[in-house]
Amino acid sequence: MAIEVNGKTLEVDEEGYLADLNQWEPEVATIMAKEDGSELTDAHWEVINFLREYYEEYQIAPAVRVLTKAIGKKLGKDKGNSKYLYELFPYGPAKQACKYAGLPKPTGCV
Amino acid sequence: MAEPWEDDELDGPVRKFMYVNRRAPYGTIYALESLEVVLIAAAFEQDVTLVFMDDGVYQIKKEQNTDAIGVKNFSPTYRALEGYDVEKLYVEKESLESRGLTTDDLVVPVQVVNKDQLAELMEEQEVILSF
Repeated sequence: MAIEVNGKTLEVDEEGYLADLNQWEPEVATIMAKEDGSELTDAHWEVINFLREYYEEYQIAPAVRVLTKAIGKKLGKDKGNSKYLYELFPYGPAKQACKYAGLPKPTGCV
Repeated sequence: MAEPWEDDELDGPVRKFMYVNRRAPYGTIYALESLEVVLIAAAFEQDVTLVFMDDGVYQIKKEQNTDAIGVKNFSPTYRALEGYDVEKLYVEKESLESRGLTTDDLVVPVQVVNKDQLAELMEEQEVILSF
């Protein structure tokens, strides 16, 4: 499977996760969101960028519980809760946001 | 039906798991696989303890560089364990000292224990997995 981004063909796995996270660019997230029928707002980008930074530092995609806690620490309690994150990413904050961010599926996400 | 965000609390039993890491980080898949199952157990809010002994102490050594062997350096991931509430990390004293290492050489804070203390810790566990 593959997606078209800025004239380039990027390989994705059967669940739609980018095969090579080095190929990620912001347009990837925009296109994946469009395929899911949604448009990304600043609030989405805040989480996507947070995930990119988390991966850069720890080399893994965080489990949802860990993501929620870490977002709360960094962006405030009103954002570090499951309800807020599920409203932004209804398919599951860790799964869907990680996908848009070009990260692998979180470990422990079964 | 509960909303997905109300499904946060896991109701299953919490068990005391100990993961004993005894091998060098690269060359075999054991270290990486152990780390993966530790993260999964932690995601399911189990009571997780990690032990590093024998060549396993090299798994958490600072300044790993895997460029020449073409595999991912996963040592930064051990620093994510704190965020997963995995804070019981033990290193066996003799293993550390015989390799000329101190806790300053490690990427995460650990408690150094001798063999007798380790045996006591093992007694307290419900499940012990050796990698």
